[in-house]
Amino acid sequence: MNFDLTEERQMLQDTLRRYLADKYSTQVRNDILDSESGFSNEIWGELAELGIIGAFFADEHGGFGGTGFDVAVVFEELGRAGVVEPLMEVLVAGRILAEAGHSLIEDVIGGGVHLAIAHGEPASRYDTDAVETQCVDGKLSGRKAVVINAEAADHFIVSARDGETTYLYLVAGDATGVTVQGYPLLAGGRAGEVTFEDAPSEALNVAAGTLDRAIDFGIVAQCAETLGAMETATALTGEYLMTRQQFGRPIGTFQALQHRMADVLIELEQARSAVINAAGNLENEARTRNMMLSAGKNLLGRAGRLVAEEAIQLHGGIAMTQEYELAHIAKRIVMADHRFGDTDFHLERFIELSTA
Amino acid sequence: MDLSYSPQEQAFRSEVKTFLKDDLPPEIADKVRRGVELTKDDMDRWHSILNARGWLAQNWPKSFGGAEWNAVQRHIWEEEAAAANAPRIVPFGLSMLAPVLMKFGSEAQQNHWLPRLLDGSDWWCQGYSEPGAGSDLASLKTRAVRDGDHYVVNGQKTWTTLGQHANMIFCLVRTDPDVKQQEGISFLLIDMGTPGIEVRPIILLDGSHEVNEVWFTDVRVPVENLVGEENKGWTYAKYLLTHERTNIAGVGYSRAGLDNVKRIARSARHNGKPLIQNPHFAARMAQVEIDLSAMATTNLRIISKAAAGDAPGVEASMLKVKGTIIRQEINDLTRRAVGPYAMPFASEAVEGANDGVPDPFEAGPVAADYFNNRKLSIFGGSNEIQRGIIAKVKLGGGR
Repeated sequence: MNFDLTEERQMLQDTLRRYLADKYSTQVRNDILDSESGFSNEIWGELAELGIIGAFFADEHGGFGGTGFDVAVVFEELGRAGVVEPLMEVLVAGRILAEAGHSLIEDVIGGGVHLAIAHGEPASRYDTDAVETQCVDGKLSGRKAVVINAEAADHFIVSARDGETTYLYLVAGDATGVTVQGYPLLAGGRAGEVTFEDAPSEALNVAAGTLDRAIDFGIVAQCAETLGAMETATALTGEYLMTRQQFGRPIGTFQALQHRMADVLIELEQARSAVINAAGNLENEARTRNMMLSAGKNLLGRAGRLVAEEAIQLHGGIAMTQEYELAHIAKRIVMADHRFGDTDFHLERFIELSTA
Repeated sequence: MDLSYSPQEQAFRSEVKTFLKDDLPPEIADKVRRGVELTKDDMDRWHSILNARGWLAQNWPKSFGGAEWNAVQRHIWEEEAAAANAPRIVPFGLSMLAPVLMKFGSEAQQNHWLPRLLDGSDWWCQGYSEPGAGSDLASLKTRAVRDGDHYVVNGQKTWTTLGQHANMIFCLVRTDPDVKQQEGISFLLIDMGTPGIEVRPIILLDGSHEVNEVWFTDVRVPVENLVGEENKGWTYAKYLLTHERTNIAGVGYSRAGLDNVKRIARSARHNGKPLIQNPHFAARMAQVEIDLSAMATTNLRIISKAAAGDAPGVEASMLKVKGTIIRQEINDLTRRAVGPYAMPFASEAVEGANDGVPDPFEAGPVAADYFNNRKLSIFGGSNEIQRGIIAKVKLGGGR
């Protein structure tokens, strides 16, 4: 048993952390949040150049990583800096394309392609099985909900039913019959409601369960990203507690706040372990894997909310302002609960698996 | 001890319901429901409608032109107004300044300022907190120096709610820097149009413009605008903090919020069934509803005590802590209820800017509200300060 990062992963972490610390300041990010596209093409390009997308894929697909820990290392840094660029989409949709042996994968790894996963529907909540979008003679019709990066996507991966079975399809962003109604997201970036009306599609030749497997990677990534953001929130809070003076002393010298800070630190360590458990079991057999993924998403949902709320509360008024770094970070932590199944969704799944 | 509403109380509830149905402008209620920022005109209009009915100064004594409602009436109003999506009555002038003027102000001040509160001539904001004086309000530094018939004020106030609409500000200022902090503070009324005053917006994390910074540079304030005695301002501020806080607990908002969660949970589907039937979600809702039912009674008990002349001391702090926790929990439930649709951002600020933002459950800006309401446990005397007061009084046999 070994809890150290490999040399390669350590290098990846150092490089990415340094780049983001230099480049992704609060001001830069607030400008990106206000921008029309909701992300920065320049930063996207630079992240691709750093090779981080290659970490999401194994050698056989042209990447250099592809394991849970590779994904976790990258996303923890993205979370630490509050990055809003749509790398999650490239991870999840990319995994599906890789599985299909699709020729697009090379461009995806190079950062030349924007992707979006259109699987959730207005009534489906977090169920990947609740699909009403239909495929008839290769043409898709239906509506997909909260499709992140819909406006920028060069291609959508869409789940649709052909008769009784759900398959995955590739649809070009500019295909006929595709309408995107776009909007901003609270935690940054943009999404859209996507309507397909007899949109031409390419069936993806992948095994059943591929979407769920890709989402497994998304869950590891989301947990790691939330962990990184929690670390930033905790660091900001610790610093503030020892800087801010009221009643003639730093407020961090008051026992009541010290105890709460200790609880925040404890939850942070729990979160770190939950991410390790999720990442480390990504290649494991289904029951253990899914238990650890659900355990991770549930714990990060709970611990994340606690840390975000405590961080704001311990800061007091200043944390309520958009200008302060914590505002965006807290939003990323809490909104992460709404991707790939929330705290309760994963509690239920864990219960089903652990009591089976 | 009687928990049922009397026939008179039920009749009052009907009267309130009818008034809200007939006189609350639907376009204003709709803005409140959708979380769209109200304009100054919207708020002034609602105040004027209330005043025409004699229901603006709900808690003022009749002798001052108020409705002098009792605890139950206040509770009924709060519940019905929240359910009808009525705007919150702006509290600074009517509920904070007015009681201080009535108790400590001169007759001339009462005769001048109180009618102007009722007819909407004045919009007041509160100048208390400073960048260096939040929880430790007594350490405030904004200085007022006597110069002939004026005080000259220099300093900075922050977190000034709706200061951008205000023409008047009531301020705690330091008039004596050489004594114990609490004993050198005065309560001063300042015209926002006086030369030397600058208001700057502070944008909150949900994108809204609710609060401001107010800068004072050599602002000359007539001595007639001192309320009560010089250096006794802290006493007046403390009086205000415990006296007229009828809706700190926000029971009406919580009840309306919980009803909203249930409504959403009936439409939202989880594994093919309504979310409201999901045992985990149902358990969360039930827990909050149980806590709220107790809180509503606690609220009534405490307000009844206050209405009987018994000024609530530490109980007001208890209402504030528990009430805000419950409200925040309901905001959290609401974001969970809408599922992935919590992620889109509907900004309050601009009417029409959110036309593309999906809102399938007609829930409004759920996530923005969740974040905006993190302020409830921070503003108005943070929950930490309130807990300190509770413990000090109850354990230390204090005030």
